[in-house]
Amino acid sequence: MKNSILKDKLLNDVDEQLLNKISDIDNIKNGAFNIRKNGQGIERNCTANVNIVPKTDKPGIDIYVKENTVFDIVHIPVIVTESGIADTVYNDFYIGKNANVVIMAGCGIHNDHNHNSEHNGIHRFFLEENSKVKYIEKHYGTGKGKGKRILNPVTEVYLKKGSILEMETAQIKGVDSTIRETKGELLEDTNFVVSEKIMTHGKQFAKTTFELSLNGKNASAHVTSRSVATENSEQLYESKIYGNAKCFAHTECDAIIKDNAKVIAIPEIAANNVEANLIHEAAIGKIAGEQLIKLMTLGLSEKEAEEEIINGFLR
Amino acid sequence: MLELQHICFERENRKILDDVSLKLDENKFVAITGPNGSGKSTLVKIIMGIEKPDSGEIIFNGKNITDLSIDKRAKLGIGFAFQQPVKFKGITVYDLLKIAAQTDIKKKEACEILSRVGLCAKEYVDREVNGSLSGGELKRIEIASVVLREAKLTIFDEPEAGIDLWSFNNLIEVFENMRKMIKGITIIISHQEKILHIADEVILMRNGKIEQIGKSEEVLRKTVQVKKKCCKLNPKGGENK
Repeated sequence: MKNSILKDKLLNDVDEQLLNKISDIDNIKNGAFNIRKNGQGIERNCTANVNIVPKTDKPGIDIYVKENTVFDIVHIPVIVTESGIADTVYNDFYIGKNANVVIMAGCGIHNDHNHNSEHNGIHRFFLEENSKVKYIEKHYGTGKGKGKRILNPVTEVYLKKGSILEMETAQIKGVDSTIRETKGELLEDTNFVVSEKIMTHGKQFAKTTFELSLNGKNASAHVTSRSVATENSEQLYESKIYGNAKCFAHTECDAIIKDNAKVIAIPEIAANNVEANLIHEAAIGKIAGEQLIKLMTLGLSEKEAEEEIINGFLR
Repeated sequence: MLELQHICFERENRKILDDVSLKLDENKFVAITGPNGSGKSTLVKIIMGIEKPDSGEIIFNGKNITDLSIDKRAKLGIGFAFQQPVKFKGITVYDLLKIAAQTDIKKKEACEILSRVGLCAKEYVDREVNGSLSGGELKRIEIASVVLREAKLTIFDEPEAGIDLWSFNNLIEVFENMRKMIKGITIIISHQEKILHIADEVILMRNGKIEQIGKSEEVLRKTVQVKKKCCKLNPKGGENK
């Protein structure tokens, strides 16, 4: 696949590097995929279980996963390499009953120029009964230009009885500004697990908000946000969890701050049912001195110890 | 060889270490004991570089290390097991052991060292070194991370602290085995007779000074005598202050 993508000359070395950072490019051929570059879909593949159909009313695709699909992988990477582009895309995922699928999305922006490059991905997930999705999203920015690299992802999830969605997101480097919104409506016996990792530096800004409604009996949600803010960067974490039935939710915001960075965590948990069990934990602080000392007693310099601690924290 | 020369350490007008001098020869297994607040932990932290003495010098294998940072002392071959093992988020037991070994050791080697400290390796090697582990488990992982370094000087700061009696009895075996395995100098702070009996020498500290150095039986006899004397002077009990 790698060769065939390169053969069609729509992708150059920079594109390939971006794709490598956000997607498992060598294994794309093993499943369905849709590659989007600078606002255009440039290559697409469907499988027996996964159908990808371009939208006709707005930019984006509809992804249909057949019911009872035992296992499949869908890649939908986006790359933006032209300065001055503001690309908004609407992708809807319809997951059939009992289907089990891994979806790998992500956006890589390379901006060597002075205009802002922006990608706004609006992803909606409709999970039918007893389906299971693992959704992995990676964000990465690179380039030497003064133009900002901006990513504003929106994720909406609608979980029907017995369905499970695990969502892993990571924004580790090079994104100047991001506003991430995640919304969810959970019905009976559903489970939504989110693991989010964000690292900011320079003057970057990242905001992440969660708004989850647990409407069905035995619905559960676990949200873990781990972030590192360095230099003059700022992060804002907001979570709103509504327990409207016998349910369980746990949210955790854990942040390491360095230099002049700022992190704000605003939790809101609302139990609207006496059987709702909701927990919020938030911890913000610099790296614990004892952690640095322990690793230094093992022979690491202070800088090396700090790197190990941050790498482990964001893994 | 380790030599401490006239080490003084004072905080809030209290002499925590008061002109402590000490020489320890190669291949010695030495226990330090004494009442709480006698300066034991501060002394070993000063050897590792975690605390800086107000005055005095530390000579390690002929080199003055008084002004060296913690990591430089570690590179010279000093290892330190903490009284309260440090917890991390995201760092696994395997990661920690790889850092300790300073080479890219294989999982099999990491498992071997965990087995040596009495942990069922397969269950632990991929777990995070965090609060989900019990005090005894963390302590064993801490000991494993230090033993792995094969340091020239290995320090254990009260390994029995914070663990239950059952776990401690198992740890005794670990130290008995280590007594045979570890080369160089071993310093272990302990209140436990079983540990003191393993040691070649026991150092008794009190009020920031070394009160006695001798065999475990001699030092234990002395502590019993002091206790009796103290009870006569102060029938209500309490430590001799």
